[in-house]
Amino acid sequence: MKFTLRWLKEYLDTDASLDEIVDALNTIGLEVEEVKDPGAELKDFTVARILSAEKHPDADKLKVCRVETKDGEVQVVCGAPNARAGLVGVFAPPGTHVPGTGLDLKVAKVRGVESAGMMCSERELMISDDHEGIIELPEDTPIGLAAAKALGVDDPVIEIAITPNRPDALGVYGIARDLAARGLGELKPLRDDTFEGTFDSPIRVHLDFPDGDNTPCPHFVGRYFRGVKNGPSPEWLQRLLTAIGLRPISALVDITNFMTYAYNRPLHVFDADKVKGDIHVRPARAGERLLALDGREYELEEGMTVIADEAGPEALGGIIGGEHSGCTEETTDVFLEVAYFDPIRTAMTGRKLNIMTDARYRFERGVDPAFLHKAADLATQLILELCGGEASRIVEAGSPAVPPRDERTFTLRRDRVRTLGGIEVPFERQKEILEKLGFEVEETDGGLSAVAPTWRPDIHGEADLVEEIVRIVGLDEIPSAPMERPHAIARPVLTDLQKRMVRARRRLAERGLLEAVSYSFLPKRHAELFGGGARELELANPISTELSDMRPSLLPNLIAAAGRNVARGLSDVRLFEVGSIYLSDEPEGEKVVAGGIRRGFSGPRHWARARRAVDVFDAKADALAVLEAAGAPVSSLQIAQGNAPEWYHPGRSGLVTLGPKNVLAHFGEIHPRVLEAMGVKGPLVGFEVLLENIPAARRRGTARPALEASDLMPVKRDFAFVVDASVPAAKIVQAAKGADKTLISEVSVFDVFEGAKAESQLGEGKKSVAIEVTLQPRERTLTDEEIAAVADRIVEKVRKATGAELRG
Amino acid sequence: MSDPQDLKELEERFSRAVAEAADEAALEEVRVRALGKKGEISRLMKGLGGLSPEERKTRGQALNALKGRISELIAARRRALKDAALEERLKTEFVDVTLPARPEARGAIHPVSHVWDEVVEIFADLGFSVAEGPHIETDWYNFEALNIPPEHPARQEHDTFYFHKREDGTRKVLRTHTSPVQIRTMEKSAPPIRIIAPGRTFRCDSDQTHTPMFHQVEALVIDEHTHMGHLKWTLEEFCKAFFETENVKMRFRASHFPFTEPSMEVDINCSWEGGQVKVGEGDDWLEILGSGMVHPNVIRAGGLDPDRHQGYAFGIGLDRLAMLKYGIPDLRAFFESDLRWLRHYGFRALDVPTLSGGLSA
Repeated sequence: MKFTLRWLKEYLDTDASLDEIVDALNTIGLEVEEVKDPGAELKDFTVARILSAEKHPDADKLKVCRVETKDGEVQVVCGAPNARAGLVGVFAPPGTHVPGTGLDLKVAKVRGVESAGMMCSERELMISDDHEGIIELPEDTPIGLAAAKALGVDDPVIEIAITPNRPDALGVYGIARDLAARGLGELKPLRDDTFEGTFDSPIRVHLDFPDGDNTPCPHFVGRYFRGVKNGPSPEWLQRLLTAIGLRPISALVDITNFMTYAYNRPLHVFDADKVKGDIHVRPARAGERLLALDGREYELEEGMTVIADEAGPEALGGIIGGEHSGCTEETTDVFLEVAYFDPIRTAMTGRKLNIMTDARYRFERGVDPAFLHKAADLATQLILELCGGEASRIVEAGSPAVPPRDERTFTLRRDRVRTLGGIEVPFERQKEILEKLGFEVEETDGGLSAVAPTWRPDIHGEADLVEEIVRIVGLDEIPSAPMERPHAIARPVLTDLQKRMVRARRRLAERGLLEAVSYSFLPKRHAELFGGGARELELANPISTELSDMRPSLLPNLIAAAGRNVARGLSDVRLFEVGSIYLSDEPEGEKVVAGGIRRGFSGPRHWARARRAVDVFDAKADALAVLEAAGAPVSSLQIAQGNAPEWYHPGRSGLVTLGPKNVLAHFGEIHPRVLEAMGVKGPLVGFEVLLENIPAARRRGTARPALEASDLMPVKRDFAFVVDASVPAAKIVQAAKGADKTLISEVSVFDVFEGAKAESQLGEGKKSVAIEVTLQPRERTLTDEEIAAVADRIVEKVRKATGAELRG
Repeated sequence: MSDPQDLKELEERFSRAVAEAADEAALEEVRVRALGKKGEISRLMKGLGGLSPEERKTRGQALNALKGRISELIAARRRALKDAALEERLKTEFVDVTLPARPEARGAIHPVSHVWDEVVEIFADLGFSVAEGPHIETDWYNFEALNIPPEHPARQEHDTFYFHKREDGTRKVLRTHTSPVQIRTMEKSAPPIRIIAPGRTFRCDSDQTHTPMFHQVEALVIDEHTHMGHLKWTLEEFCKAFFETENVKMRFRASHFPFTEPSMEVDINCSWEGGQVKVGEGDDWLEILGSGMVHPNVIRAGGLDPDRHQGYAFGIGLDRLAMLKYGIPDLRAFFESDLRWLRHYGFRALDVPTLSGGLSA
């Protein structure tokens, strides 16, 4: 919403400076976005007179002028065709920044003749596009007067952002009212001229809605004018509209624009000669079309509110007028529409047809439903003053859509401003503020009762009254009040899942992975590769097809990111993310996951260490590290082979499970087909830990169990087993552990011998797995016989479990 | 038979031999010759048996002393030889220590996560717990319960992402703000309530300064007495703690949000130097958050009684906080997973924000 300072002062009697007004606007919730003060921008330009203009000795089109300025006589070389002795125009001395050219003026020689300044065109001052000649002012304009003032463009323009709850502030008068309440001056009353009219309007108005439900347009006030002359509007009006960025069109149209911005009261004027019969406000019929004033033709949907004559729709109610009955220079008879249109329907129609106009913007926020007759009189006065002619008596249909008084009446308890707003405001001041904002206030036993003005559809209760008072007083005035601490020393607040997320992050960063935060959406083709792409997780209005579906896994976005980094020459990628994946559109379908990928080599080339390609065991280690950090019962976890999700390499992937059903994580090499489909080259491994599947740790206080450390030397024994190549190493380890649960403290795999060479030595389909078993004696040193007995049991157990033979 | 003169000569001879032994093997040979079972000194010791008790005593003592001295000499020579050998070996054991050590990969925490930790740390101290809600929301939680009815102009400002309409005519949305968590929290817990709700939010908007996904943190307090003075205090304290400066100046402006009444926007002072914004200095104002007293309709929608319960709510952009605090220029880069960016703006695993050690760590 833009307006000028002078316009504001038409309604606000004030001595406040521009700065004071800007500060006040910001305070009371009318946020100032921009202030343009052309007087300040054009301060160096002043009025000057050309005393003489002689032809330049060396150029036919140039003139050498003696110019009388506020600082004495100067010589200026000028190329304007209208430069002549006696012309009063606008002069810029050397050093002036000329907005129209973007240059700073200097004393210069033009074809050998010195020129100390410039006589300016309107374009050079950026007040119009006119560059035909230099500005000509009335001859009696005082020399030395500021050019902006002489040209009438010294009126500062203020632009404010209006929140959707304040339609009243979409008119300058409403802004003036707020400032008056703030104490910045007195609100001037509106002109109260009324016009009876001298004849009956030949056009009548009918509200034709089914079942008499006039909600879409409950009230219509019209007036017929005959014998008007619709020329350009006067300069003051053109200047106002130009200043706020509107193009002056004709007096009649300019008057409607003025009413819109001055009073938040959009109007429409029809060329009455082009209206056939009476005006009917009615729902549009299927297939009706309207060529609108914006030059576009709209196909109307059934039920949209139209202003129609007998020939069909002439305007879309509250949104835009029609080209056919629009006013032109030739218009002599006019029909003025002052109507109220329902905000919701206006918004729906405007959005469906994608039309944004000043009228729609205001009707959908809410114009004052009680301000139709008054607005008609204000507009009548302007039309008669600017266009002449004769006004008819009012024609009217429906009645004001003003909510009943009791629905606009609210109680404000005496101490409520303090208990909600946190500030003591004297009761008298509270009353005064509300009254100045237009509330009808009555003091009651408990406080006051206030009737909201009809232009404030946003007032619905006591909290709104508190807001009105504190915003006018100023929120900066509210004293800060410390909150009570629930405990002197703060208690922990994070949930188990939140702690897991934090720890997973820190642990993975510690392991050398970089945390990414990637979008929750991805292209459908990527979603489908990772088990997603269901219709319920597809956006109806994605920003692009690359961001069309909710991610079913963290991996695809990380893999795509790896691809982008590789394309930049960063070929070793280690990325992780902790965030949500979406398995359904219900809250339960959103799962918190920690996932990561490694791509390329395990590290940089190094003189002392050969680098290797990343492999499934890197991903497995990452997954287990996260599980451990997240508090999973690490010793009870099992690794399952062969049933990881389909986007992993079938032979080089696994699941981490707890018990038979609870999958805590999966890891592995990404399936070559998936990588190919995504256009990313491997080797690339990844994992995801399903943080929510980790069972809650059972709390047994903070004490740790006592340390059981034996002083007796542990004994280590190695065993090499020959087994079928398909036997998982974990089975051997588990069987060995089971041989003596108290004595065996650790079993580790230290060698695996498999492949063609192994088979040639061990037999077809065989491999060798070597384990180291640590025996920890608890009470006394073990005898050789005891050790041998345990060793036998280990061999026996492993043989039973896996069919293994000791390697000879 | 030998006499003391012989012993002296013997001692001199072995002393010489010990001194001349060039290596451990030669020294061992000398030891065997002198002290070995069949060595000269051992032999002399064996000969003591044939002497008279008197002589045996004198000579025995002399021989023992001799044996001790020779042993000592051998031990000293052995140490010297060992030292020399070690010196010799160390001379050959040279490495170029300017060579790089074995590398360890350095990971990093994303600035959004770090700021999440910081904000949680600050509010936890005031007794705020961390609440969550789904990203895929219903119209009710995202709009209606927050006093934004259909066709409200505020809805258009939200640039909502929608899912397809379902058979029953409803359609889910991606939450446009973290405010739905207010309702979900009120439904689940009885006042007094103090929560923050940091998380992802989505708007159908993408340009220089907007990304279709970003992060907000919501705060909600509901009890029977919290008012705007408490809201102001909380915001002032938060800004000082978060931006780690006591010089923060704040400006409170009336505004409008459908879910708060009264509402205010908050600006913080800043300066712009070389395109970079510095918070807590200078005279420019930067809008950082929206806030207000929870609207009675919202309290009602949360299943509580607005005649009894009241409180405040505010929402801040987490990414925006990170950008302001750490001078990160471009929001879009947050979500591009560029390794160079993540390394440069990320935080080390050990940089855990604490109130005692500092938040930016």
